[in-house]
Amino acid sequence: MEQLALQEWSRYTPQQRFQRYAWFALATLVVAWALASVNIVWAWVWDAPNQMGDLFGRMVPPDPANLDQILSALLETVNLATIATALAVVLALPVAYIAAQNTTPNAVTLWIGRFILVSSRSVNTIIWALLFVAIFGPGVVAGIVAIMFRSIGFLGKLLGEAIEEIDPRPVEALQACGASHFKVVLYAIVPQVMPTFFAVSILRWDINLRESTVLGLVGAGGIGVILQGAIDTFNWQEVSTVLIAIIVLVVTGEVVSSYLRRRIL
Amino acid sequence: MLKIKSLVKRYGAGDPVLKDLNLEIEGDQVVSVIGSSGAGKSTLLRCINRLVEPTSGTITLNGTDFTALGKRDLRIARRRVGMVFQSFNLVDRLTVMENVQSGRLGYISTWAALTRRYPKEDIRRAFELMERVGIAHYADKRADELSGGERQRVGVIRALMQQPEILLADEPTASLDPKTSEQIMVLLRDLASELKLPVIINIHNVHEAKEFSDRIVGMRYGRIIFDDLPGALTDEAMHDIYAGIPHADRQVEGKAA
Repeated sequence: MEQLALQEWSRYTPQQRFQRYAWFALATLVVAWALASVNIVWAWVWDAPNQMGDLFGRMVPPDPANLDQILSALLETVNLATIATALAVVLALPVAYIAAQNTTPNAVTLWIGRFILVSSRSVNTIIWALLFVAIFGPGVVAGIVAIMFRSIGFLGKLLGEAIEEIDPRPVEALQACGASHFKVVLYAIVPQVMPTFFAVSILRWDINLRESTVLGLVGAGGIGVILQGAIDTFNWQEVSTVLIAIIVLVVTGEVVSSYLRRRIL
Repeated sequence: MLKIKSLVKRYGAGDPVLKDLNLEIEGDQVVSVIGSSGAGKSTLLRCINRLVEPTSGTITLNGTDFTALGKRDLRIARRRVGMVFQSFNLVDRLTVMENVQSGRLGYISTWAALTRRYPKEDIRRAFELMERVGIAHYADKRADELSGGERQRVGVIRALMQQPEILLADEPTASLDPKTSEQIMVLLRDLASELKLPVIINIHNVHEAKEFSDRIVGMRYGRIIFDDLPGALTDEAMHDIYAGIPHADRQVEGKAA
């Protein structure tokens, strides 16, 4: 009798089990409510496979007539991403410095640093681009500034975290030698943050390459401008050429950045 | 001469870690400070170069009152105090030479530090000292490629590059195996006498303390309760320094107060 009682075991008590079912039902309810509240034309959804086939039919074969234009736009896209990344890296350094708790001069600068990071990160690149197209007019400059603004938050945040995670012991040792604050940063902090600095910069360049391909949709330069033009004129064969070009570009960027990362780390 | 007078260090509102501590170190003697963990050995050492800010009291090194110095003067004064650490505290990603030269950071210009164009005299002296301890052939290696004993040699040379008037060593051998530990102790003793440099060593290994120092200071609870020649460190004295548990000690003090 005693032994039998010991063999009874269950992972959950009845109350826990009921709670789990209740959460599951709630989650289902939320999804159902979301589906009901958006206006979906189901006829179009069921028709989608046909439309896809139709679009694909119009896209092949890709039309290389404007290939030279597409390639030069592609080059512009790469340069746009590179310039923006370079500028962002330079500007992110001081931001990271004041946003890291162990290097920031005082509470006010810490607050300023964090504010810059949050405001940069919470706005999407496309929204920044819309804003800067309004300021600088359509073109590459708006694109560069937009990407730069978004990248400062990304780079500053990750670099700032790297600064906060350094080993503080060499810092103490160099302070004990009588080194000035700047020299301590130079000899004890910079070498420790260097690997992260390169890894994060390369990663951001890769991301920027992909983001800069869509900037043209809002008139901020790059390959997207041609893509938008082709879609607006229903030139689907050219659209497919541009899409292939973008895929090649992104894959190449991925290969280059992973090669560089391997070399550095 | 180093003269510590009525030194008190209190963290926050708690019991002070150093309680009205007095210590004088003259000439080029090697002084070992022993005591159980939490006795205040590390705090004492760090108060001397103000890595830890003393609460009250004075610390005078060859006529300079360290406790009275402003930020800038403190930086200049710190050049005169070399420090060696338990975990070496090297910059792993820099070369051995860069680590050694960082002992000169208080002297050279920011531009020279940035571009690594160190004064010829500093490089000559670095090689001389590195040769002395057998690490000259590692000059271009990264610090993290070295073994523990070699890394501590770099740490010692970095401190000596400052041309200090006193050397502080905070458990310099605690991270090393017994044999390497002894080598480092021999090195510290020999260099101290060659360079006519007083050395204060915090150490847990009483055996090494007795063997390598001219004088032993025993701490317990922020006070110096033993200060004599190594030969005078009897079992009874050892018992006084190490016996009991800190908690019990604290309660007794509480009652007395």
